Amino acid sequence: MSILYFLIGCSVLLALVFLCAFFWAQRDGQNDDLYTPSVRILLDDKPPAGEEK
Amino acid sequence: MAAKTLTLTTCYHCGNDCADEHLLLDDKDFCCNGCREVYRVLSKSGLDNYYAYNDHPGANRTAKETRWDYLLEPTIARDLVEYTDDQLTIVTFYIPHIHCSSCIWLLEQLNKFNPAIAYSRVDFLRKQVNIRFNNQDINLKQVVEVLNSIGYEPLISLQDVVKKQTLSQKDDLVRKIAVAGFCFGNVMLLSFPEYLGISSFEESFKVFFGWLNMAFAIPVFFYSGFGYLRSAWTSLKHRTLTIDFPLALGIIVLFVRSFIEVYTHAGSGFVDTLCGLTFFILVGKFVQRKTYYHLSFERDYRSFFPVAVQVIEEGGERPVPLADLQVGQRIRVRHQEIIPADAILLKGEAMIDFSFVTGESIAVNKTLGEVIYAGGRQTGGALELEVVKPVSQSYLTRLWNNEAFTRSQDQRIETFSQRVSKYFSVALLLVAFSALAYWMPTDTTRAWASFTAVLIIACPCALALSTPFTMSAALGIFDRNLFYLKNAAVVEQIAAIDTIVLDKTGTISLNSANTVQFSGFLNDDDKRLICSLCANSSHPLSQLISRNWVCAHPAFVSSYYEVPGRGILGEIENCEVKIGSARFVLDQDKDVNQSNNTEVHVKIAGHYRGYFSIQHHYRDGFADLKKLRQQYKLYLLSGDHGHERQALSDVFELPGTMYFEQTPQDKLDFISTLQTTSHKVMMLGDGLNDAGALKQADAGIAVTDNVNNFSPGSDAILDGRSLKKLPAFLKFSKDAVRVVYCSFGISLTYNAVGLSYAVTGRLSPLIAAILMPLSTVTIISFTSLATHLAAKTRKLL
Repeated sequence: MSILYFLIGCSVLLALVFLCAFFWAQRDGQNDDLYTPSVRILLDDKPPAGEEK
Repeated sequence: MAAKTLTLTTCYHCGNDCADEHLLLDDKDFCCNGCREVYRVLSKSGLDNYYAYNDHPGANRTAKETRWDYLLEPTIARDLVEYTDDQLTIVTFYIPHIHCSSCIWLLEQLNKFNPAIAYSRVDFLRKQVNIRFNNQDINLKQVVEVLNSIGYEPLISLQDVVKKQTLSQKDDLVRKIAVAGFCFGNVMLLSFPEYLGISSFEESFKVFFGWLNMAFAIPVFFYSGFGYLRSAWTSLKHRTLTIDFPLALGIIVLFVRSFIEVYTHAGSGFVDTLCGLTFFILVGKFVQRKTYYHLSFERDYRSFFPVAVQVIEEGGERPVPLADLQVGQRIRVRHQEIIPADAILLKGEAMIDFSFVTGESIAVNKTLGEVIYAGGRQTGGALELEVVKPVSQSYLTRLWNNEAFTRSQDQRIETFSQRVSKYFSVALLLVAFSALAYWMPTDTTRAWASFTAVLIIACPCALALSTPFTMSAALGIFDRNLFYLKNAAVVEQIAAIDTIVLDKTGTISLNSANTVQFSGFLNDDDKRLICSLCANSSHPLSQLISRNWVCAHPAFVSSYYEVPGRGILGEIENCEVKIGSARFVLDQDKDVNQSNNTEVHVKIAGHYRGYFSIQHHYRDGFADLKKLRQQYKLYLLSGDHGHERQALSDVFELPGTMYFEQTPQDKLDFISTLQTTSHKVMMLGDGLNDAGALKQADAGIAVTDNVNNFSPGSDAILDGRSLKKLPAFLKFSKDAVRVVYCSFGISLTYNAVGLSYAVTGRLSPLIAAILMPLSTVTIISFTSLATHLAAKTRKLL
């Protein structure tokens, strides 16, 4: 059962990694604007086919 | 006429009807030169795609001329940019017109127009664009001109509240929630074996789990929950009991008792309760903080006034920041610009629109040498003025020295939780100490156990959550109905009021939409004459008449004469036409008769033909305000003259409820007089002239047609279209407060159940762990359900 010490250590470590990832995202400003990127991803760089004159 | 309507086309750029003008380019129709120019700029840069994402995404571009020279002034530019070095400049502009995905696409392609712009990113909800450019190749003015040329004119003001708001929000609440949530999750998992029961064989795990839990409790206590401890401490120092006090007490007791239990191996402690409690109250705080980033509720005159003023000096004009304007300086004010400070008119024909200051929508003529008060908008040619008072001392801005603008806004009405928390804290301490005193003589350990247990179980988590969740649900419902509240506390402010004061122009009547009716008889020829003459005058009433009677073939006006403030006189096709006030046209004092409307009289070739009456339009739902009379006292405060008294008396029927010709200071004083007789006053207003009253009122609501325009600082912004829902809004805010009362009742029931365990001193961590989240979940679901139900019954959903 001593394996539990190791497993719990691993799980806590993993959770800490996620927490740090969240901190990084927050500091990086990824949560500042939660709407515009969802529109931006739909906008193409080139004109949609058939729309060109 | 019918054929014309059939061929009526819509502008390819802005989607308006091409009524007056009709321009063609690339087989596309444009309503004005401005729209066509934007299209030309876009198609030249190969950005036609703009139109592919949305139909008519552009803004109408008729007659917009703004001077950006002041952006070259280093002192002004420094206040606007966020960062600059000798290469790069970063600036964020607020662009009210951003409204669709095409806007995002185009504004993020700014480098196609000028390669010196390195980067542009749009924040759609805040209607902001962040631009980075190389300041060697392009300057701030040119960047703004690029934006303007494609139809996205930024709104520039030195009091950029939008930016300030986002900055002040940058505390680490989200991070605190993340830490608390992280610890809460882990602790719950690690407490699991403890609740199931650990056999003596695995006793060593118990110690391990205990200490691991304590390790998780440390960041929760010292980081996430520390704000509560600090605020409880400051409130104690000020000898007030806020809701934070019992919360902080709970947090401390949970932490200390858990530590002692783990240390002495007496038990497993209440770490999961501690983490859960902290997590939930932080989430409540987060919910309460919901704000509309794109709306600004804190505004003073600086956001209405121009950023810079053109000062005339030897050798030309120079833009000077508004704050640096000094007495004695000569300034130039152009068409549609606002007079920044009280000044004497030196040169030019002044037609000042004071609707901003007084609410009177008809422009006033000023003669040379007269003092023009700040806040008026020039509607004619350029003026030359000499400043006689500094901006901060002028007629309008003096209001801002009033104490109404300096006091804290959040302290006006004591919220329910503030009121209750005093009694709650006292009762809590009373129960805790009674339990301690009861067990002390017989069993010391049990005495301490019961004492701490009471403080733990009675911790008002649900009480702390019920208000934020109810109010934020209410906020969301108001939001759907185009009523935007500054924060959740405003709901309670609105629920508490008993008196409503309304401004007239712009609030209940519309400034722009007036109807013109003619009493008398006119044939088509007469109409043509009147219209031709009126087209020559820049007076708003003449403009209104000529707009209403579009004539196809204007006649030639051979002589034209305008008497300022009286009327116009002209000779058209050998026929003398006289239009103006009764005094001017009829040589008599008919102006002062009992008519309710503004009248313009007409005399053609010496014969009196009748008069135009200009009726103001009231907003939709103005008549519905009558319903409010049963519960509220209604007052009208207008800066306008009393010529609409009759039309308004339907709603304001009691004598002494209508006040006309009120200055901004009068309005403020009126509200404070009402407040001294212990009335809770709500003020609805629109312009800068109501700003003082809005601040002074217990709930100040700015009414506006376009929420993205500048509206005066207030507690809430109401879209003019929703004025008719005002009675429903008021009822609903009362419902929301009732929901808070009910949820408080539920929370007390849980506490009573928990306390009955706690006082015996036999509270097991399991019961605490079940009761705490259970009450939280009940409260949250009850408040959101009840609030939505209330909204349904008030027909707001």
